[in-house]
Amino acid sequence: MDRNSSRRQVAAMKQSLFDQGHLDEQFIQLEELQDDANPNFVEEIVTLYYRDSSRLISNLEQSLERNPLDFNKLDNIMHQFKGSSSSIGAKKVKAECTLFKEYCRTGNAEGCRKSFQQLKKEYAALRKKLEAYFQLARQVGSHETACRPNTILPLFPRKTTLSIMILKSKAQLLL
Amino acid sequence: MNLSNITTMSTPSSSSPLKSSDAVSDQFPAGLRVLVVDDDPTCLMILDRMLRACCYEVTKCKRAEVALSLLRENKNGFDIVLSDVHMPDMDGFKLLEHIGLEMDLPVIMMSADDGKQVVMKGVTHGACDYLIKPVRIEALKNIWQHVVRRRKNGWKDLEQSGSVDEGDRQLKASDDADYSSSANEGKSSKKRRDEDEDPDERDDSSTLKKPRVVWSVELHQQFMAAVNQLGLDKAVPKKILELMNVPGLTRENVASHLQKYRLYLRRLSGVSPQQNNLNNPFMSPQDATFGATSINGIDLQTLQAAGHLPAQSLAKLQAAGLVRPNAKAGVSMSLVEQRNLFSFADPRIRFGEGQLQHLNNNNKPMNLLHGIPTNMEPKQLANLHQPTQSIGNLNMRVNSSSAPSNPLLMQIAQSQPRGQMLSENTGSHVTRLPSSLVQPTLPNGISNGVLGNGISGASNITPTFKTVQQNSSMVSFPMNQSSEMSVSSFPLGSTPRMSSIAAKGIFHEEASSGIKSSSGFVPSYDIFDELNHQKSHDWDLTNAGLTFDASQHANPLQGSIDVSPSVLVHQSFPSIQQTGQNRNPTSFGKGMFSVGEGMSQANLQNLGQHLNTHLVDYSVKVKAERIQDQSSQINLFPEQYGQEDLMSALLKQQGGIGPAENEFDFDGYSIDNIPV
Repeated sequence: MDRNSSRRQVAAMKQSLFDQGHLDEQFIQLEELQDDANPNFVEEIVTLYYRDSSRLISNLEQSLERNPLDFNKLDNIMHQFKGSSSSIGAKKVKAECTLFKEYCRTGNAEGCRKSFQQLKKEYAALRKKLEAYFQLARQVGSHETACRPNTILPLFPRKTTLSIMILKSKAQLLL
Repeated sequence: MNLSNITTMSTPSSSSPLKSSDAVSDQFPAGLRVLVVDDDPTCLMILDRMLRACCYEVTKCKRAEVALSLLRENKNGFDIVLSDVHMPDMDGFKLLEHIGLEMDLPVIMMSADDGKQVVMKGVTHGACDYLIKPVRIEALKNIWQHVVRRRKNGWKDLEQSGSVDEGDRQLKASDDADYSSSANEGKSSKKRRDEDEDPDERDDSSTLKKPRVVWSVELHQQFMAAVNQLGLDKAVPKKILELMNVPGLTRENVASHLQKYRLYLRRLSGVSPQQNNLNNPFMSPQDATFGATSINGIDLQTLQAAGHLPAQSLAKLQAAGLVRPNAKAGVSMSLVEQRNLFSFADPRIRFGEGQLQHLNNNNKPMNLLHGIPTNMEPKQLANLHQPTQSIGNLNMRVNSSSAPSNPLLMQIAQSQPRGQMLSENTGSHVTRLPSSLVQPTLPNGISNGVLGNGISGASNITPTFKTVQQNSSMVSFPMNQSSEMSVSSFPLGSTPRMSSIAAKGIFHEEASSGIKSSSGFVPSYDIFDELNHQKSHDWDLTNAGLTFDASQHANPLQGSIDVSPSVLVHQSFPSIQQTGQNRNPTSFGKGMFSVGEGMSQANLQNLGQHLNTHLVDYSVKVKAERIQDQSSQINLFPEQYGQEDLMSALLKQQGGIGPAENEFDFDGYSIDNIPV
């Protein structure tokens, strides 16, 4: 039961990440790539992402300090950042990137700066949540495949979703 | 259609979606060799994992230059390439062009950018597909279709006389999109690129294994002769075919070759911006051939063999006198060269043609030039829009000097191209070209360039090269070469090796003495010595020859050469101009030297200018070639690619390169790559 409750916890955590819009479909894709041969794939990817994107973040910060702003350069950096973020499924971060790029396009310096602040917030928030999630998942110790939130959520109430997920994981264990 | 088949084969839903359980014997598409290029480590890792999940064999690459060198080293090591669009060291589209030209592999672009223009750009540059990031595994499961499709189309070229033009094959990528999911699963296993591997001549239509006809120098010469006989206006494929009387050649082959040739000609005359913009990658190869063929009849072959260059284009280039017939040499080179040639536009064509004929004669003996060296020069010069005469002189020289000299010229041109050639080509300094060519400094690319230049320089030979005047076209080649140096397909015909060697040599030379008078050049490099054998008789072809040989022997510089070629090319050009049309080897040599040394500063600029104009495409190409470092530079002058490369290469060699490069705004290509 402990296991189950832990699993439930993990599942719930993940679900909330999806619900709150922090993660999107791409994250599920990544999870599907995880298997026995690559048991910590998602965590590795996320770690890599945060490591690499911190460089981009600092680039952006530096560039935003200049005056006047080089929108082209900012846009380029942000493009990279956006690509990275979208590849791990960081939905909110990605949305903020899009906004930032739009500000760049229109040459709105103030908008850029504000958007960047917001982006950093989302970025940090997601990091924390994912760290907690991975920690818990590691504890649970088994591979949970996420049920696609959009397929399950609309159909069933939350409780049922979780049960389904638990059942699924149980089934997997058996297999 | 084969939808059902496809379903069985590749339905993602099936457990092993990629295993072709029924259809193909060897479990295709499992084991498909994919090369992934992306500067973002996160994406790269994800793609790698996804592709492995598809049972593909994956090779990861963070940088485009590394990817290019991987591809070049291992010509048949990959089936398909996935590349990101936005990369710091090289634009994804450039990489795409290079690959398409040199290796003719299907390339899929990826980007988070889904704007219409970008996607369109992908299409026009020849990408066979465009994926929007984040990429899903489902999208990757079907990429094998592009491989199969391409192979199938390749066959069709040979098999069906009526269907596909060879020339279109290059653009196949864009066309492929039109095909529905490939129904060729059955063929994929068989067609594993065998067809592309064979650098044979065109006569294998019987086997139908070859996807395309290889337009060797001789073949191209025959083509040119037929065209000239009929007159360009009246040249219709059927008649040309009849006149050529080559067994196994189909009307379609001729038609597509003719199309390329026409494009090349148009390019020479500075035509449609479209060509320049979009088709540069496409055109160049063609152009190159044109240019090259004229010049180096011999080299074309190599180039063709390489298969990178659309053989036809090589031939064309050769014809134009610009290209180095060395198709083999460096496919990349050829492409680059071609581009360069093209950029030179008109001059080349004219030159090429004239040269082609002459060169053809001369080329034979001069195998050195293999590619186009002789042709190149004139063309390149022509391209430079410089007085074609000079080129013509060069060409003439090349031609007249006797076969051996041609190669030398070519070589010289090639070697020179790097720096001098360019300069020379640009103008009247056809004579310079030879000398510049001689300068083995640029072993690879340069030699090519030089040769090309030399050839252009040979414009004296005007009679031989029609386009001699056009020298610029020739010149452009060298420029291409620079980038391509490694490719060696340099129009000059010098084999890629040459280019590499030449590049090296050239660089050396430059460093050492500027361009020692033709003969002097090569000495520094062993390669050049080899070239010397060839001896340019009249010119300092010896130098060029040296370079040429050297380059030939040298392995295609993968990266290093690139640098030099461009640099050299640049340099050569100015020198070319300066020398005027004398064919004096010395002058060339001097020209070259000047290019190398003095030029570096001033010449380079000149070259750059010339090159820029002419080489718009070239430089780009050249740069692309330069795998090594050049990223920064490349970015700077997308158009000046060749120039910069050469220049930088040259400059570096000389030691003064650094500063000189700056002049050009190169960020300092690192000529380091050039193994000296």
